[in-house]
Amino acid sequence: MIAALRPGDWLILSAGAILVGWLATFAWQQAPATRVRIYSAGKLYAEVDLAARRHLDVPGPLGITRVEIDRGRARVAADPGPRQYCVQTGWLIRAGESAICLPNRTTVALVGQDAHYDALGY
Amino acid sequence: MPSDTEHPLPGCAPATTFVSAADRRIAGYAAIAIALSVMEAAIPTPIPGVKPGLANIVVLLVLWRHGWQEAAWVGLLRIFGAALALGGLFSPGFALSLAGGLCSLAVLALVQHLPRRWFGPVGLSILAAFAHISGQLLLARLWLIPHEGLWRLAPLFAGAALLFGLVNGLIVARMLLEKPR
Repeated sequence: MIAALRPGDWLILSAGAILVGWLATFAWQQAPATRVRIYSAGKLYAEVDLAARRHLDVPGPLGITRVEIDRGRARVAADPGPRQYCVQTGWLIRAGESAICLPNRTTVALVGQDAHYDALGY
Repeated sequence: MPSDTEHPLPGCAPATTFVSAADRRIAGYAAIAIALSVMEAAIPTPIPGVKPGLANIVVLLVLWRHGWQEAAWVGLLRIFGAALALGGLFSPGFALSLAGGLCSLAVLALVQHLPRRWFGPVGLSILAAFAHISGQLLLARLWLIPHEGLWRLAPLFAGAALLFGLVNGLIVARMLLEKPR
């Protein structure tokens, strides 16, 4: 009788497991964000180091959008827009995340070492 | 069809058309494989594309018992037959199924020559499952979802391939143990 799992099968099985593990670390590692880009009316308004701790008041057609940067994360703290989508987006942590205040034409986006996709749809 | 035409169907076929024993065997195995595919389509999965691939049990069994050529016939008939039965012939899903099937058959064509003393159906099943998912992912990346974000799903699909390849291979090993021919 030959065993169900022969030596070569064990080899293939462990190679497969290593491949899955490698794929997971390769595909699921998230590059940490290092900088914040703030766009106003389609133009780059400021690019700031994410490690800092400061406020930026970005002027737009409706008024001032206040961007808060807090040691590795950033958010829109206040915005004059009617629906407050960008404020409710909350803290941005990972590279590629963004908050968009469309009425006031202001965008906050985190960038990492290399350019990433900014959205995934299924 | 395979060329061993020693058993023509008696009394009904003209002299030029033969239905060999291999043909009947292939038809029977393909029918089982199609039935498994249709059954499997009823199982809900959290992620589209993650399926046990039970029909591959049949393909692997045929490969072990009757060689690669017959396994390829069963595998391809299964893909077309299941698509006809489920109503997705020439749909994107069918294209993915065909890409996966062709890739896994190509890999099986190579690895069938590995010494059977060392490499059993479980190893071949895992390799075929990985080939299957690679073919599908490549086609999806090149044609259906041309976006790098697709690779984020690759570990999930590879993990499923490993798991289901192992389980299907163990089932084949068990079946061969009970009935080698």
